[in-house]
Amino acid sequence: MLTYIVKRLFVAVPTLLILIVISFLLMHAAPGGPFTQEKQVPAAILANLNAKYGLDQPMWRQLLSYVWGIVVHFDFGPSFIYKDRTVNEIIAQGFPVTLYYGMIAFLVAVVGGVALGVVAAIFQNSWVDYIAVGVSIGAQVLPNFVMAPLLVLVFTLWLGWLPGGGWNGGQWQYVIMPVIAMATAYLASIARIMRSSMLEVLTSNHIRTARAKGLPTWKVILRHALKPALIPVLSYLGPTFVSMITGSVVVDMYFSTGGIGKAFVDSALNRDYSVMMGVTLLVGALTIAFNLLVDVLYAWIDPKIRY
Amino acid sequence: MLKVRDLGVSFATNDGTVNAVNGVSFDLERGRTLGIVGESGSGKSQLAFAIMGLLAKNGTARGSAKFDDVELIDAPQAVLNQMRANKIAMVFQDPMTSLNPYMRVADQMAEGLIHHKGLSKAQALAECVRMLDAVKIPDARGRIRLYPHEFSGGMRQRVMIAMSLLCKPDLLIADEPTTALDVTVQAQIMRLLGDLQRDFGMATILITHDLGVIAGFCREVIVMYGGQVMEQAPVEPFFVAPSHPYSRGLLHALPRVDQEGGELSSIPGSPPNMTRAVKGCPFEPRCGYAGDDCKAGLSPLTEYLQGRWRSCNRSVEELT
Amino acid sequence: MALSTIDMGALQARLAALDEVRGRSLWADARKRFARNKAAVAGLVMLSFCLLFAIFGQALSPYTYDYTDFTIMGHAAELGAPSWAKGYYFGVDDLGRDLFARTAMGTRISLLVGVVAAVIAVVVGTLYGAVSGYVGGRVDSAMMRIVDILMAVPFMFVVILLLVIFGKSLIVLFMGIGLLSWLGMARIVRGQTLVLKGREFIEAARASGVSSWRIILRHIVPNLLGIVAVYATLLIPEMILTESFISFLGLGVQEPQTSLGELISEGAKTIRYGTLWQLGFPMAFFILTMFGFYFVGDGLRDALDPKDR
Repeated sequence: MLTYIVKRLFVAVPTLLILIVISFLLMHAAPGGPFTQEKQVPAAILANLNAKYGLDQPMWRQLLSYVWGIVVHFDFGPSFIYKDRTVNEIIAQGFPVTLYYGMIAFLVAVVGGVALGVVAAIFQNSWVDYIAVGVSIGAQVLPNFVMAPLLVLVFTLWLGWLPGGGWNGGQWQYVIMPVIAMATAYLASIARIMRSSMLEVLTSNHIRTARAKGLPTWKVILRHALKPALIPVLSYLGPTFVSMITGSVVVDMYFSTGGIGKAFVDSALNRDYSVMMGVTLLVGALTIAFNLLVDVLYAWIDPKIRY
Repeated sequence: MLKVRDLGVSFATNDGTVNAVNGVSFDLERGRTLGIVGESGSGKSQLAFAIMGLLAKNGTARGSAKFDDVELIDAPQAVLNQMRANKIAMVFQDPMTSLNPYMRVADQMAEGLIHHKGLSKAQALAECVRMLDAVKIPDARGRIRLYPHEFSGGMRQRVMIAMSLLCKPDLLIADEPTTALDVTVQAQIMRLLGDLQRDFGMATILITHDLGVIAGFCREVIVMYGGQVMEQAPVEPFFVAPSHPYSRGLLHALPRVDQEGGELSSIPGSPPNMTRAVKGCPFEPRCGYAGDDCKAGLSPLTEYLQGRWRSCNRSVEELT
Repeated sequence: MALSTIDMGALQARLAALDEVRGRSLWADARKRFARNKAAVAGLVMLSFCLLFAIFGQALSPYTYDYTDFTIMGHAAELGAPSWAKGYYFGVDDLGRDLFARTAMGTRISLLVGVVAAVIAVVVGTLYGAVSGYVGGRVDSAMMRIVDILMAVPFMFVVILLLVIFGKSLIVLFMGIGLLSWLGMARIVRGQTLVLKGREFIEAARASGVSSWRIILRHIVPNLLGIVAVYATLLIPEMILTESFISFLGLGVQEPQTSLGELISEGAKTIRYGTLWQLGFPMAFFILTMFGFYFVGDGLRDALDPKDR
């Protein structure tokens, strides 16, 4: 098992490096630099600015110093727009917020989706199943940017139960709507996958053997059916996680949570490449780490994979 | 011990109702060995599943199957779970898919003992190792922590057999236990089953399409075709003189070492379409002795000699 | 033995008289199953409706999508509600423009982006996956490793990056979304190719000396159509979702053009003023479109690869 993890790490690290290089190249593929925007900057000042941010160095030098800065110092460089702030500061300000409700939303989606799917499969074709499937199908088409305004409409404007935005240090009233908005569509998809996977596992031969041993149904489900049924769900978790994080951009914007979403969109509108790069890289690294976790979970479930 | 009366199994499918088993009846005493032989689709496996309550979701069973006077058909899950593995155990056809590939052999084997007999994990494991020794798995104590895919096909089947005998059931149902195995391994497994049957004394129902396996193991045989019993007899008289056209066809189709040349004979035609409910004899389309009365109706299973039963409109004399 | 007395002639005749099982082609089978699937048919109806609306919506409205009614602008809450009399069937948006026409355009653009991006993804993904799977060996490992690496890239961010770098045009949108979405398709196609490669008819083709390219194009790709069709249909709503998402952030389709995502974004901003129609109609069409594609996609998948549940 340990060798498996180490092997996967060996793949993860170069992936990350390649990601950094690609990002860097994209950044510099942009016509014009970050300073050639609205205001007409006199040539001398432009030269100085470029020198200050190291933009006049040969490309490979810039790449190297960029990579070095990240890998060794964990420093994503200065922001090109906010002259007195570094990318690290901007990210550090918003990221914890996003991560917080992002993780909660993820757990809600996974646990809720799995539970719903299992229940629907066990009580197949009963009213429980029909409701579960109906809800999953319905919720699947409600991505976060659709859910967010709907939630605000119902809970803030009509019912007045919840505040329509802000963070307030993470009080539950401010967290709950972002979480619901994010988690809904994924909970539905996971439930559908889990249900169909569980149904398939339940018809397999080893479940028949388990039943032939006289084990009660709940034991059969928990000990024999659940693990293999989770495998397709696992495959889905990686992309789900990435989607959620990217989706948080919308939620941050709409609910004004103060997460990195706003910082990212602003940087996109202002062509602040270093911030965009920083966020992209961070998300990429998270994805890689997460995929590694998923791979380890695969190996834990299926003993054949470990070698 | 086991009394099956008029057992029927049907499945609701998109193409209509499939009647896999129609009106099967037989008795089985303690410690006796019964073989059920038939082609694929004759309903023999479904018969066993119905008794165990393991039919697929779209299957329904009718009739009666009483084990020690406890009705098994449509019994509540609690009753069935009490019976399973404890009183009636089952060994399935394909050991690779029948064993849980995600669990260690030790855990799979022990859980039945822990659940039914209340043993502790350690006691259960000890018992499992003992049983693995009994089925001649080398180095049982070391191997028990492995996963199923780390065993060979023959060994997996031994594991399954060991697992089924742990709770010392009164009846073992073996559904085509050797079909998925190599021929040489088949012989080993059948010999093992024979030894175990003698040592533990459990009644056994052996389901197979292989007449040779029946001959070596069973005391009595039931021949099924199209979901119905065609003939039932003690094994030796059966092989000497089968009394049903289908049985004769089967035995005649067996290639023999002591006869020379010629083509392999086979029963013409193909297995029946089970979605059609048949009024008369299911074998009629392929039967060389069929008359017009065979389409209309089939004489029920009757004892024409002591211990010998047949279901055919033609008398035994007419077949010779 | 007794069997020699059997009348073989009569037996043969009786056997021949039995019904033969008629063979059914895969596609006819699939079509039948699809038609039986109520949700799939409903999905098809929904999609047709949205398509018709997208194409003919503008023609049915007395206003163009960018005509600004200055009398209503700024007073949308009081004056801009849906009204048959004034010809504003869906009401008016915050800048005084007819929402009916704008929703029609939004649906049109969203569908266009979804389909074009999906087509790009399918073409690139299928070719890549088929070649990788067919060639096999180390080339296959390398190609799939590249896919794995690229999959770790948060492509939404990259698309936004591309839009920022190369300008926010529709073309960049198509290309960006499409080019970064072929990965999933490539994986699936490669898996299927590996299965097909082992089949005898491919061996036969190779044995007859057919070149690899021809084998890929003429034998493997047509047999992939089923699975590709299913996933393409399921890919389209994802593309629409991505585009809507980007447009919601204001980084996608630019004024005065609009897409469903943009309309939803605008509508979401004004709900506190009671102009619910601005959110409702675009959202309704968005949901309808998504449902349509999901149902049809699921229906196709069940039709081509049924698992009786």
